[in-house]
Amino acid sequence: MRGKLTITTVLLLASALFVCPAAALDRAAVEKLAFGEGDERLEAIGALVTEGDPRAAIVLGALGDGELQTASKRVIIVRGAEATDAVTGEKLASMPAEREDIVANNRLRGAVQGALAALKLISPDRAIRFAAAKELAGGADAGMLPLVKKALDKESDADIRTLLTHIAASLELKTGDVKTRLAAVRTLGLSGGHNAKPLLLSVLESETDADVRLEAQTSLKQVDERLLWGQRAGLLFAGISLGSILLLAALGLAITYGLMGVINMAHGELIMIGAYATYVVQNLFRTHLPAAFDWYLLCAVPVAFAVSALVGMVLERTVIRWLYGRPLETLLATWGISLVLIQTVRTIFGAQNVQVENPAFMSGGIELLANVVLPWSRIVIVLFAGAVLAGVWLLLTRTRLGLFVRGVTQNRAMASCVGVPTARVDTLAFGLGSGIAGLAGCALSQIGNVGPDLGQSYIVDSFMVVVLGGVGQLAGTVYAALGLGFANKLLESWAGAVLAKIVVLVFIIIFIQKRPQGMFALKGRSVET
Amino acid sequence: MTGPLTATFARLYGASGWAALSAIGFVLFVVFPALNLAVSPDSAFHVSAYWITLIGKIMCYAIVALAMDLIWGYCGILSLGHGLFFALGGYGMGMYLMRQIGRDGQYRAELPDFMVFLDWNAFPWQWWNTDQFWWALLLAVAVPGLLAFVFGYFAFRSRIKGVYFSIITQALTFAAMLLFFRNETGFGGNNGFTDFKRILGYTITTPETRMVLFTLSGAVLLGTLLLGRYLVTSKFGRVLAAIRDAEQRVMFCGYNTLHYKLFIWTLSAVLCGFAGALYVTQVGIINPGEMSPANSIEIAIWVAVGGRGTLIGAIIGAGVVNGAKSFFTQAFPEYWLYVLGLMFILVTLFMPQGIVGLFNKWRSAK
Repeated sequence: MRGKLTITTVLLLASALFVCPAAALDRAAVEKLAFGEGDERLEAIGALVTEGDPRAAIVLGALGDGELQTASKRVIIVRGAEATDAVTGEKLASMPAEREDIVANNRLRGAVQGALAALKLISPDRAIRFAAAKELAGGADAGMLPLVKKALDKESDADIRTLLTHIAASLELKTGDVKTRLAAVRTLGLSGGHNAKPLLLSVLESETDADVRLEAQTSLKQVDERLLWGQRAGLLFAGISLGSILLLAALGLAITYGLMGVINMAHGELIMIGAYATYVVQNLFRTHLPAAFDWYLLCAVPVAFAVSALVGMVLERTVIRWLYGRPLETLLATWGISLVLIQTVRTIFGAQNVQVENPAFMSGGIELLANVVLPWSRIVIVLFAGAVLAGVWLLLTRTRLGLFVRGVTQNRAMASCVGVPTARVDTLAFGLGSGIAGLAGCALSQIGNVGPDLGQSYIVDSFMVVVLGGVGQLAGTVYAALGLGFANKLLESWAGAVLAKIVVLVFIIIFIQKRPQGMFALKGRSVET
Repeated sequence: MTGPLTATFARLYGASGWAALSAIGFVLFVVFPALNLAVSPDSAFHVSAYWITLIGKIMCYAIVALAMDLIWGYCGILSLGHGLFFALGGYGMGMYLMRQIGRDGQYRAELPDFMVFLDWNAFPWQWWNTDQFWWALLLAVAVPGLLAFVFGYFAFRSRIKGVYFSIITQALTFAAMLLFFRNETGFGGNNGFTDFKRILGYTITTPETRMVLFTLSGAVLLGTLLLGRYLVTSKFGRVLAAIRDAEQRVMFCGYNTLHYKLFIWTLSAVLCGFAGALYVTQVGIINPGEMSPANSIEIAIWVAVGGRGTLIGAIIGAGVVNGAKSFFTQAFPEYWLYVLGLMFILVTLFMPQGIVGLFNKWRSAK
């Protein structure tokens, strides 16, 4: 049983329907609905639907809400203290004394739901028609075929026509003669809705006519092909999605590693801090600004950036600065930092994962094909990653700080000689890299668990991206992230998640043997240290 | 032949050094067994099984620390994959111990419980001949050794060094951990191996067996120390140190550094495998968690705390860090990560020479 029918939907429906003459309904059908038994009542619903009269929706809605009653031989709708005649819609002068409820069982209620959906098919509002068609595509009753066909005649919208054709075909499959069945099977092959495959399979099982069987097989092939394309599109999107996440996680690392040759093992924890900052902002919005809750992310993004950047800069000033020229020690010290950060977060927020809720506009998704749904949260993250990338690129190529950062990356000593304040650049660049990690955490909080160990699961991946892409150029990081994302998802579809990951890691290990500087290396002569 | 031999002895340690080693050997091989086995449990001098296992375990860790020190302290290569070699050794020995359970498992079957649970009918190929002790022991050292040799050959040949090498060893460990987490790999998946009953026919939990394993660990530890000392005081050891300090110059002098690095790297892995084999017999469990990247990094901090480039420092570091770990994880579990993290930070910032360095400074100041 779908949600309870309310008066408002019925009224909305009635006003939305095409024709509104005061013409009376088919009295026989209404009476059959009221007094009939079992199948008779279902037939009556079919008859009412076929008529496509706006009053039919009111009567059926009333039946669903338990407002349809009988008074001796008359069928009436009782709403509060008012009673109207179900057939004519006239208001009754006085409430009849002896009334009896018309009891609708579950089967009847289901039929009423379907019928109401079918009636919505002829609403002038496209959104209502589209929703109704979608609902019916899930499973329509044979009795609705006439109305569906009627709606199809009038329909001009392409999307809805596709759905309606599909519904009509699936209904004709069960009832029509050989010729109609043949046509229906062909239509199903072309329309390829999400249940076309099971429908065609059932045809192959039960169909006796050879021609129809043959046609069903061809159609099935078509549908399979289309599903395959859907799978490919889904894979493509999953690859882009994973790639953009890897990009977000690795971008900051690429900056700090490229600039300072420092492997920051605490990078994952900076991501985690960004995620927790998002969590805190979310909680603040929930308690202080519940009205604007949906927009908390807009506030969380800069906060996550600022918090992580601040932590990063403090780390640079207090620990990492003193270890320049000793990369292996830096690795160990930053690992120690990561342990301290993990435990600190555990002490403050507890060891359990915390709940970060998606804003309403990020839930749900776009249905691209019958078997491909692109979740909004993923789409937003892909766009977000693109925006962050663009921002970093602009910052590095269009600002004075960017110029300094690039200069120090290429040749620290020379940059220092021409007056670049390398120490300050280091701090700011480390802050930038850490801030981007915070942004990654903000994004990750929308699609995964937020817990103290969040960063640990991304650290190896983001290193691989940086190592594979080579340092000093954003393009390397982008290609490496997207490449790894695709490779991972592609292999995953063949070999399962764990094996895919192992294969990718082994591939990277082999790749690094061949090209230790990564895919993209800065051109120029660098002194080996 | 007495001449060169005594010279070798003299090269390894001075008179006081040998005296100290003998004292340690006496404590390990005589005092502990006596206090554990001969002294009654009620006595204040009795050393309980808990301590024997703990010290035995730490001695295995100390072997790993020595192996790490050889490659990192003397050759300047920071491996984040030694946990993998250690665990592989443990798995090699673990397979034998699983076979020794025989039909005493939950399912009373010839196959280990996890295989029965997975509905397997025969041992997979990796388990071939693992009911032979010598084969399992061979696996425990040969598999890590071979893996390290192949991996090291390619890595060193393409001159991967510094943090890059560290990162790809970490990737290797991570990949291996994922592999071992899978049930299909044939090593018990998540749970690994546990519930051992016997080794070489002896019940593994009796005090006597434990003591044999304990003294064996001690002997291997001392042997490794002497072997390491032998290596680093030789010409080979000096070339290693030269590679650490200026690899290019060593190459220009006509040395093929690949061979030196590869040898010490493989030896280091073999030692880890041996330590893993000893470890699993005493601790009684091995699972893929041992391969987690965090464990491998922790090995580096043992060496750093004790003092890089001094073999005795590695042993001290393993003892201090693991002793502290045992204490904190029992007394203040929530503070252990702080302590460990701060250890990483403070040691690298303020004690680059570790405890041994501090001691030397104190002695020379006196």
